[in-house]
Amino acid sequence: MTLLFQLLVNGLIVGALYGVVAMSFVLIYKASRIVNFAQGEFLLIGAWTCWWLLTHWQLPFWIGFPITLAFMLIFGVVLQVVVLRPMIGEPIISVIMVTIGLSIFFQAMMKWMFGVFAKPFPTIFASPTMNVFGLEVQTVYVVSLVISLLIMAGFGWFFKYSRMGLAMRATAFDQQVAQSLGISVRQMFAMSWAISAMVSAVAGVTVGVVNGVSSALSFFGIKVFPAVILGGLDSVAGAVLGGLIVGVLENLAHYLDSQWLNWGNMYEIAPFYVLIVILMIKPYGLFGTKDIERV
Amino acid sequence: MANISLIPCGDFKTRYAADTTIFPTVTSRNFAILGVLLLLTFPAFMDRYWLNLCIQIGYLGIAALGLNILVGFTGQISIGHAAFFGFGAFSSAWLSNSFGIPVALAIPLAGVMTTAVGMLFGVPAARLKGLYLAIATLAAQYILQDFFARADWFTGGTAGTIAEPFSLFGFAFDTDERYFYVVLVYMVVMYILATNLMRTRDGRALVAVRDHYLSAEIMGINLTKYRTMSFGISAFYAGIGGALYAHYLQFVSVEGFTILFSIQFLGMIIIGGLGSIMGSLMGTAFMVLLPEVMQAITNSLAGTAIDTALNLKDAIAFLREMAIGLVIILFLVFEPDGLAHRWKQIKAYWKLYPFSH
Repeated sequence: MTLLFQLLVNGLIVGALYGVVAMSFVLIYKASRIVNFAQGEFLLIGAWTCWWLLTHWQLPFWIGFPITLAFMLIFGVVLQVVVLRPMIGEPIISVIMVTIGLSIFFQAMMKWMFGVFAKPFPTIFASPTMNVFGLEVQTVYVVSLVISLLIMAGFGWFFKYSRMGLAMRATAFDQQVAQSLGISVRQMFAMSWAISAMVSAVAGVTVGVVNGVSSALSFFGIKVFPAVILGGLDSVAGAVLGGLIVGVLENLAHYLDSQWLNWGNMYEIAPFYVLIVILMIKPYGLFGTKDIERV
Repeated sequence: MANISLIPCGDFKTRYAADTTIFPTVTSRNFAILGVLLLLTFPAFMDRYWLNLCIQIGYLGIAALGLNILVGFTGQISIGHAAFFGFGAFSSAWLSNSFGIPVALAIPLAGVMTTAVGMLFGVPAARLKGLYLAIATLAAQYILQDFFARADWFTGGTAGTIAEPFSLFGFAFDTDERYFYVVLVYMVVMYILATNLMRTRDGRALVAVRDHYLSAEIMGINLTKYRTMSFGISAFYAGIGGALYAHYLQFVSVEGFTILFSIQFLGMIIIGGLGSIMGSLMGTAFMVLLPEVMQAITNSLAGTAIDTALNLKDAIAFLREMAIGLVIILFLVFEPDGLAHRWKQIKAYWKLYPFSH
């Protein structure tokens, strides 16, 4: 029973991280209607950059981390301007393929630059474990949960009250109307990529601190798909919920598997089975808006 | 201007049959026959290395054509083609190992089995499009990959499985020189089949679904039927390609059919040209030769300052992956219609040579 409880807590914590990544995925989709298959690589690049600053330059975490964020900001903007902007108006297959191309390119580049083996982060927190309600939980996990919640709250505030967030929502709603109201749609596209890259990098660094940095991080980008499909592609709150569900679900599947089924590997695959079933029943996800096409 | 017609002036067609021949002109048909005859002589003078590349282009080209029918002609995206390719490889090996079915028969049967699996995953696909479909096929890729690793009775589990060499009437096609002909025959047949498919009502229906699925539906085209059918056809081609691969290497390992391989297939058809049958083959050739070119460049740089600075020798595997990603992006940004389009332009240029404008 303790094992189940432990797994559920793990699931919630990992799920919160999935939620954060899914949120940044949805952000790009909402603003610019681009499905980003390279979301996982944002985590990867962010984590490696931070790792490199911390180990190679021996910077303390509180300096290295902001530099990483600044780098990701610039990276996101440059990526959007150089690669994605020429693709505006192209069919969806081409846009998907471009992000897939980016994904393999950066993944291979990261392997080339930093090697294929997982490398641990230098210790950041003094005490490795904390006692929460009688459970031994790693400090990093608690901090990551707090960070995830903070980011989610930040997103909520950003889209509800800040000028740029409102402009972004307007762009997502209707680009022409937004433009006629004096919003620079190009800027909004670039900013959505930048914010998405930054938020993903936070998630990447958090996972990196827990498990060490390796190319396995980019698998988060794949795990995002079950989450966003569960939540619906254009709903930020749905993405968070979807992330939590996927996190709990894979741990539950793992529990079932280890206790009774002994199939192995359910942890990785279970979300995809659920994904297929959901798409069969509700083709637009659980909370997604149904496309109504008028001719 | 994109589709400059190369039909000579004054050559009017009066019947639909004449307008939809396999080859647009008699000359192009003669050239195609000449090309195949030329290919027949390859084993006589090529060494093993080049023959190996040609065979690879052959079986990958068949699978890529299947993907092009799905993506290029029907407009359905699939990120799980390598899984179907792998399924074809395993089922052909399984059929010939477990039931003693001769390999020559097992290959088409493997195609049929893969079609069944493809249509199974095509069922959700019939209701989905664009991005949702991409994600569903991504799930199919991971589920099938997991299935390969787990189903010991079918794939031999992590150890992999051995496939019999191809033989016909007691004559074993077990060397590269002999197997080349097997692949060539399959390739020619499959390419002619695809060209023919596009001349039929079904083929035009697929294109109509791609161009505007609502209009197609209004015109009485059954969307569910054609989307599922397109998945089935694409899986059939992947299955045949996979089976040829299995009996060429005579060993199938579970690790080969990753998502990267699926993306390579997508890369082939994008580079070749979406919705172009010969483009599939050109793209495949490009994708197969790309690593060789990368290798050659690395070798020529060996020992220079660049090599020592970047440590190219150990990084060749990553450089190949990077090149695949980069080539896909560059083609999509600068030449979205692929090599087939470029080839057409070159032909048009020489055809109209002094007055090309």
